[in-house]
Amino acid sequence: MTARLRMALFLSSMAVVAAFTGWGAAQLPGFGRYPGPYGDVIDRVGVQQRRATDLVSAVNVDYRAIDTLGEEFILFTAATGVIVLLRAMRDERRRPDEEADPGRERPGTTDLIRAAGLPLATGIGLLGVYVLSHGQLTPGGGFQGGVVVACSPVVVFLAGERITVRRLPPTSALEVAETIGAGGFIAVGLAGLLAGAAFLQNIAPLGSTGSLDSSGTIAIINVVVSVEVAAAFLLIISEFLEQALIVRPTGGRGGG
Amino acid sequence: MSYLPYAVAIWLLVVGLYGVISSRNLIHMVVCLGVVQSSTYMLLLGVGYRFGAGAPIYYDVPLRTPAVDPVVQALCLTDVVVEATVMAVLLALCVQAHKRFGSLDPERLRPLKG
Repeated sequence: MTARLRMALFLSSMAVVAAFTGWGAAQLPGFGRYPGPYGDVIDRVGVQQRRATDLVSAVNVDYRAIDTLGEEFILFTAATGVIVLLRAMRDERRRPDEEADPGRERPGTTDLIRAAGLPLATGIGLLGVYVLSHGQLTPGGGFQGGVVVACSPVVVFLAGERITVRRLPPTSALEVAETIGAGGFIAVGLAGLLAGAAFLQNIAPLGSTGSLDSSGTIAIINVVVSVEVAAAFLLIISEFLEQALIVRPTGGRGGG
Repeated sequence: MSYLPYAVAIWLLVVGLYGVISSRNLIHMVVCLGVVQSSTYMLLLGVGYRFGAGAPIYYDVPLRTPAVDPVVQALCLTDVVVEATVMAVLLALCVQAHKRFGSLDPERLRPLKG
């Protein structure tokens, strides 16, 4: 298909898409006139029901917890997919590479970067723990906190004396952490069943509104999810780093 | 009554798709897909917004304060996570394509050429 034909097809189909979406948007209530009712109901009763002051977290890991379970498994599957995609290539390339160049050394980093790296990694890690542990009170939660926590080892890696991929947590440990995170979510859900309530029902003690141990399973699931998210992101990042640092042969690019 | 946010969402959708169609680099194509997906954030947050309302967070405001819809915000969070994971898988495919064909130009991925 030529570029011109493709563009003609694109423009004609986009005219239809734009017309239909424009027509659909015109049926929506105008911007700033949210008609309800679900958001209003949750805004009205959410805080008393769940003792969580961040209602986005309450929706995400309590009212809509089963959707978030699915979301977490999308992440789990994607991390697995990245590993599988990149590992298939690794087997082709790695054997000669390892023989030719075991423990290949990368250029070192400067003292300045090393000195800045540790405080930065500590600060990022603390921020991540704060974000994930206060998800039920203020903006934040397991997904956001997990991603921030995952950045901390990456900074350590970047500031390392010798940049080698071995500085990241070993893949097997990450896989175990990811499994614990994903399984923990299900365990919290099953605990609801064992207590005679529904799957993922909030059965933990709710505590008092505004304190760190409030909101029952919302806080627990946030912590569990953050473990899964941090491990999954680190796995994905370390797979890509491994591609860049280890798998590529030293002499030229190996064709397919 | 304003429809501007919806218009922005449609614009992001169309301009992102244009980028995907006309792209000559797989990484660029993945970023364009990100632009397409950001139209859904715009639409979701636009639908749940209410003039004069605050964030649905009651940590330091009284309980009856008007707030926007927390449901679409939670959906948006799901959306962000899905986009990040989709991008990771697509970028892994790009790495593989580059190794296989020595190029990131979609025109030069031989088996795909029709």
